[in-house]
Amino acid sequence: MNAPAPEIAIEVEGLTKSFNGRVVVRDLSMRVKRGEIYGFLGPNGSGKTTTIRMLCGLLTPDAGRGTCLGFDIRTEADKIKRRVGYMTQRFSLYQDLSVRENLEFVARLYGVADPVGAARAMVERLGLKGREEQLAGSLSGGWKQRLALGACTLPEPQLLLLDEPTAGVDPKARREFWNEIHALAGQGLTVLVSTHYMDEAERCHEIAYIAYGQLLTVGSVPEVIAGAHLVTYTVSGDDLGRIATELEACEGVDMVAPFGASLHVSGRDRDKLEAAMTPLRENRSLRIEPSEASLEDVFIDLMSRSRDNFQ
Amino acid sequence: MTAGALGFWRRTRAMLIKEFIQLRRDRVSFAMIVMIPIMQLVLFGYAINTTPRDLPTAVLVQETSDVGRSILAALKNTKYFAVVKHARDADEFDSLLKSGRVLFGIEIPVGFERALRRGETPALLIAADATDPMATAAALGALNGVVRSALAHDRAIPDSDPGTFEFRTHARYNPAAVSALNIVPGLVGTILTMTMLIFTALSVTRELERGTMESLLAMPITPIEIMFGKIIPYVIVGLVQASLIIGAGIVLFGVPVLGSMALLTALSTLFITANLSIGYSFSTVAQNQLQAVQMTFMFFLPNILLSGFMFPFAGMPGWAQVIGEALPLTHYIRIVRAIMLKGAMLDELHYDAGALAILMLVAMVIAVTRFRRTLD
Repeated sequence: MNAPAPEIAIEVEGLTKSFNGRVVVRDLSMRVKRGEIYGFLGPNGSGKTTTIRMLCGLLTPDAGRGTCLGFDIRTEADKIKRRVGYMTQRFSLYQDLSVRENLEFVARLYGVADPVGAARAMVERLGLKGREEQLAGSLSGGWKQRLALGACTLPEPQLLLLDEPTAGVDPKARREFWNEIHALAGQGLTVLVSTHYMDEAERCHEIAYIAYGQLLTVGSVPEVIAGAHLVTYTVSGDDLGRIATELEACEGVDMVAPFGASLHVSGRDRDKLEAAMTPLRENRSLRIEPSEASLEDVFIDLMSRSRDNFQ
Repeated sequence: MTAGALGFWRRTRAMLIKEFIQLRRDRVSFAMIVMIPIMQLVLFGYAINTTPRDLPTAVLVQETSDVGRSILAALKNTKYFAVVKHARDADEFDSLLKSGRVLFGIEIPVGFERALRRGETPALLIAADATDPMATAAALGALNGVVRSALAHDRAIPDSDPGTFEFRTHARYNPAAVSALNIVPGLVGTILTMTMLIFTALSVTRELERGTMESLLAMPITPIEIMFGKIIPYVIVGLVQASLIIGAGIVLFGVPVLGSMALLTALSTLFITANLSIGYSFSTVAQNQLQAVQMTFMFFLPNILLSGFMFPFAGMPGWAQVIGEALPLTHYIRIVRAIMLKGAMLDELHYDAGALAILMLVAMVIAVTRFRRTLD
């Protein structure tokens, strides 16, 4: 079997997976370049976790094919596992083992030359010095997540699969976590990270949006926003609640979302949106300015459109 | 090949160290390892006394005669029986037995002495509460000799040949009275079965329930390595338990070990591993810890009843013996009794040792093939 070009870390085509007759991932194809941080976005239950599990051999796809680090995801799961670090959504290290013991366990399992030394080095790198003997179960959320990241990077993988690593973690810890991810990517590691935080999406080199098991859009953040062809106005002024209700009923308005003291009004068809906005322009108390659609606008729009397709 | 073997051992060792640490942290399990054997042994220690003393006895004397007095005196002298009540009539006699206030009732019927002197074969009724067979069986066995020797001293009675008089023994409430058992050897196997099954039955389901299985499966470790990593620590635990029970049996109850201690250790290791493998295979089938415990008990029950621990194996119907042969405890009880009490060597035990090895391998194969390598 020919190994794909080395600059590609993940390449899959037509991945499909269903549980009990319910399709969770439908005909998903994606391509992740080496050394890049690839953001995997989508609402809860959209199939992000299932896709990640298929990539590392924890689930067998019903249909489709693909490679991960050049190894077939169906037949070479063992080789993939040796080179991939997978951080699960739920903390899945041993709560009744200490920080050091967990790290040593991972190091021994992967055959790291000096497990004790490697674990000690990782403790220092994680800033967990002084907490080595603390049981993992007694760590706070942020520390647990750092430990989990440390455990998956300890065997020096080529690819990190991070499943909602920052869920339930405070903003400071989240920022530090992302700095660490960028540092790792800088060393040549490929990172696939799922999230539903928009600010995290903006820190990725490339993002993919998945909803109802289907990949809806792929690209860098500006590409995704441009690709949505969404015309957006910001409306500010008085009595916005009533105006929002009125606008939602108008043809050509696809989305109205309040942002603080203003409304984001978006539509895919510029002419129809203009027509809907015209009556508002006569209202002197309102300020209407053209603005750029945010990533969130784009995703919410994508989601509502895909829901239309499925119902 | 050597690189493969090295990797195998390295990953198994990683798993093994982890399991040891977890076991050490789990105080309840740790206490179980030590407490269960000691508790069981002390509790069963009462039953080990198969020559009970002072069993409460009622007598119903329908006639006052020298022979009757001789018999009662002889009964008291044995110390087996303590006559606590002289019943007035048959009704009281029955109710004493039924209420459990006495375990024995001895009835000397009207005309017993006269019939005896005439050389007839009169009946002496012994009613025994056989719901407690352990207590009554030995005493019943002693009774015949006691009465015969009591009457031998009475010159007026013709020579006490067999057939001079007849015992009618009613084993009430439980006609199939059980013979005395070799409790300690059986107990070693029973305790090991119980604790070994539980430990490994929980091992895989615990990882599933705690969510650690997802990480473990994403790591480069094979089902066989996980299995050995999880079984080996408990082999050592099992050996500690076995030596605790056998040691206590020797010290507290004077149970002999006639055969080779090395052979006993080797075959105990085999038995422990067989049970651990069975428990582990349950763990790979069960969905959660509760199911695993339920399966363990389903398996444990026939082990107790059909292995020859509680009831004599030879007395069971054919189909029950077939089931019994499929249980590790059956073979182990034979092995332990043979080594400890009869001084048997491996030559005499290869059938049971082989059966244990086969049961162990079958369980391991089931476990490894049933182990879900994915989360599908």
